This record gives sequence, structure tokens and C-alpha cells, in this order.
Amino acid sequence: MQGFNTLLYKECLRFWKVGFQTVLSPVLTAVLYLLIFGHVLEDHVQPYPGVNYTAFLVPGLVMMTVLQNAFANSSSSLIQSKITGNIVFVLLPPISYREFYAAYVIAAVLRGAMCGLGVLLVSLPFVSFNLAEPAWIVAFTLLGGAFLASLGVIAGIWADKFDQLAAFQNFLIMPLTMLSGVFYSIHSLPAFWQGVSHFNPFFFMIDGFRYGFFGVSDVSPWTSIGVVTVCFVVLAVITLQMLARGYKLRA
Amino acid sequence: MSPAIRIAGVTKRFRSLQALAGVDLEIAQGEFFGLLGPNGAGKTTLISSLAGLARPDSGTLEVMGHDVVRDYRAARMALGVVPQELVFDPFFTVREMLVLQSGYFGLKKNDAWIDEILHHLDLTSKANANMRMLSGGMKRRALVAQALVHRPPVIVLDEPTAGVDVELRQGLWHFIRKLNRDGHTIVLTTHYLEEAETLCGRIAMLKAGRIVALDTTANLLQRFASHALKVKLAAPVVLPAELAAKATRQEGAELEFGFDRFDEVAELLAGIKSAGGTIVDMALGTPDMEQVFVGIMNQN
Repeated sequence: MQGFNTLLYKECLRFWKVGFQTVLSPVLTAVLYLLIFGHVLEDHVQPYPGVNYTAFLVPGLVMMTVLQNAFANSSSSLIQSKITGNIVFVLLPPISYREFYAAYVIAAVLRGAMCGLGVLLVSLPFVSFNLAEPAWIVAFTLLGGAFLASLGVIAGIWADKFDQLAAFQNFLIMPLTMLSGVFYSIHSLPAFWQGVSHFNPFFFMIDGFRYGFFGVSDVSPWTSIGVVTVCFVVLAVITLQMLARGYKLRA
Repeated sequence: MSPAIRIAGVTKRFRSLQALAGVDLEIAQGEFFGLLGPNGAGKTTLISSLAGLARPDSGTLEVMGHDVVRDYRAARMALGVVPQELVFDPFFTVREMLVLQSGYFGLKKNDAWIDEILHHLDLTSKANANMRMLSGGMKRRALVAQALVHRPPVIVLDEPTAGVDVELRQGLWHFIRKLNRDGHTIVLTTHYLEEAETLCGRIAMLKAGRIVALDTTANLLQRFASHALKVKLAAPVVLPAELAAKATRQEGAELEFGFDRFDEVAELLAGIKSAGGTIVDMALGTPDMEQVFVGIMNQN
């Protein structure tokens, strides 16, 4: 257990030591989105009755930040360790593959949650909320963060070069988050694209998370939590299988 | 008492390359053991298999009686590995890195031992320096320190002195010898054959994934190397056939002969004189591991 605790601590210390890059930068990026989109669309869009656009936008940006940073943390830590070779320091000790997985995923979720909390706190002067169902907020933060953290572990282990990881991030993670309803309610989309959105697991993460704020969502939060749970479990099983086989880590 | 390391029938193939082709080896506790071989012989693959960084296709490996796959936790607790590459984590200081490494091995309060290692490896003044700020030699010693944080009974050093200057190398060996005297089993791979000759009690030589020689250092030197007589003549001479056959090298006026007993030297010198040679310089060379290594590698 001590090995797991130390690896978790090290992963947290790693991102905390470069907090400007890993925590403050994503918060600033999200706040810029908030200011620009909120300013441009505030008077033109009302996604839900009684909810103005800026208030609607904030939970989406918070969750997007959680997801992107959870992915970034586990993937960048692993690929850096692989490329510099210091991955041996965590492969030589008696740490099981389950402990290895748990440490990377929990640290990534923590970073994602910290960044998300940062976005939420900075947005408070612009919007006011009554948190309708806080338990859903916590549940989607943890499950969505863990889903992306697992995806980050897979990407970090699979990628041999930084540009492969960048491709993973830019051609998969970024489009899926941008097209998940962060900036709009899918009810504003044509029927075809509404249907397509239901194949994007990120949509359910954002929608369920937003339900925690307003008590209103495009689909039932139970459906969303079910989809996100199944997606996470599938990814967790795949990632654990990769680690158990030592894929690209143990020759 | 179980051996420090037991390797039985280990094979490993990387696509078309047979990295290990059936290695059997036992190293007793307390030995200072040398693992030699040319690049690509399989030394690092063997060490990686022992450390769990590579998975052999067949065979078993044990450290202090613990199977490295089935009982990997105990096996890894018993093993400290100094990797060949100069790797480090740029996020941390030397001390942070050693505290983290202790934690990975389940050790919470390890400061006293960390201080002792830092002292012995002359790193105390650099304890709070970031790893990026260290010179190559210091990084190498920090890697040694990392391998020792959990006081492993078996320590594997994969070419630990590559790129390390003479003074640091001597300091490092002084410390490693002390560890060996204290009961640690040391396994060393190196391309500096004189180091292996001086330090190791027993040596295995690997070639193309197989052990081609395994014996005590003294026996290897006795079996595969001879003393050398090097002479420089005033002018080249034609040696009689019997004497020419004993020459291991003849380049103009410079000759070299191999011999096993010192009384052969007088015969060789007399032969040179009777062939009309005038000796202007002479030196005796002792058998060395390089001769043994070249001889064995050429044989196989």
C-alpha cells in the first residue's frame, strides 16, 4: 500500500510543481471561453427556461476542463517518463499493475477536479447558482475524470512520440469535448446531429454534470450515469489488461 | 541457503533476434560476479528479465529464492538495479527522488539510510539540487543511490562506470566493495575488462544470448591468457621456424611472445640472440581479462 501511496503522492507533486502550466493555464483558458462566448451569446441564447447562457456555459466549461486535464495528466506523465526513461523507477519496485493504474488515475482525477474547481471559483463573479443536485456533480466529476484519466493512461502507454499523443488529444479528445454540448444544448441541433451526439460519451458527462447545477438536462441523469459508468468500466478493464501484460512497458 | 540469483533455461526473442538462447546461471550469496559480453550479447536483456522489465519467453528466474514473476514483490524487494542509461526525473531533487524511491519500496522513514548513502556517494552537498543540475558522474552516482534505498541484498550494476571519470570511478568501487564486504551480492556488467578482473571473483561471458564461459576470474586468466614478452630489436631478423611459431606478433623489429612459465623467458631471449637479434628494449606483460575475453569470443 505504501508503494501506491507514494506513487500517488509523486504524481500529484509532479503536476503541483508546475502548477502554472497544469492548473492555472487551463483555468485561464476556460475563463477566456466564458468571457468571449458569454459576452457574444448571452442575449441571443437561452438553452433552458430560466437559465441564462453564461450560467448554462459555466458547468460545461468546468466539466470540459476536468476531462481535458484528467487526460492530460496521466498521458503526459507517462509519455514523459517513457521518453526520458525514468519510467524504470516505478517499474522496478514491488508495485502491482492495479496500484500503478489506481495511482495514475486518482492523481489525474485530482488535477482535473482542481482545475474544474478553479474555473468554477473564477466564474462566480459572473454567474450565481443554486446547486440543484450536488451529488450528481461529484459523481460525474469522479467518473468522467476517471474515464479520461484511463484514456490518458492508454494514450501515454501507446504513444511512442509526443506528436502521437498530440494527435490523440487533437483528433479525438478535443473534438469529442467540443461537440459534447459544452457550448450548446443538443436540443438546438437538427434531429440527425442530436442522434449522433448520443454516440458521444462526453455528451453524457457534460449533460449529467450540468444536471447537478440546474436540475434540468437534455437526457435523464440516470441514463448519463449509466453510459458513463459502462464506458469507464470498459476502459478500466482495457487499461488494466494492458498493464497486466506489460504492453509497451515491460518488453 | 538459496542462491542470490538462480536463472534456469531462460530464452527471449525480439522478433528475429534471439536475445537469450537458453541461459542457466547460479550466483551465490555474497559473490562479486561479472557478466561480460560484447554489445548485443544479451546482458541487459538478462538483467531486465531479472528485474521484471522484460518477460522471458521461457525459463525461470529467482532472486534470493523468490520467483521474479510469481513472487515478484519479494523478488523486487531483494534486488537493486542501477540501469545502464543515465535516466532521471527532472521534476525532483536528489533527496526527493530518494524519498520517493524509498516509498515505492514500502519504506516510510528512511532518512538516516538516505543520508548515509548520500555521504558514501559524495552527494550530500547535492541532496537538495534538482537532478537536472547534476553532472553526468553525479547523476550516475544518484542512480546508484536510488538502487540502494531499500537495502537490497542483491545489487545489479549495468555498466555503472560508463562516462565516469577516474576519481569518481574509484570512489564508486570503494563503496561497492564495502557493500560486498557487508554481505551484499554484486552483479556487474562492464566493458572495462580490467574492472571486472580486479573486482569480480567469478565471471560469466555471454555471446549471442548464450553463456560461453563461466568460471572464477583466476581460472579464466589461467586457462585463457598467458604472460607476454615484448621485445624491440635494433633491426628486424628472420626467426628460426620453432621460435617464429611461438611469436604472437611480429611487426618489423617488434616481437611479442606468449609464455606460461617464467623459465621460458631465458629460452626465448637465447633464441633471439642466436638468430642475430640485438634487444634494445624489453617488457613483460601479465595475463589480463582482455586476452581472455578476445580469446573466448573468437573461439565461439
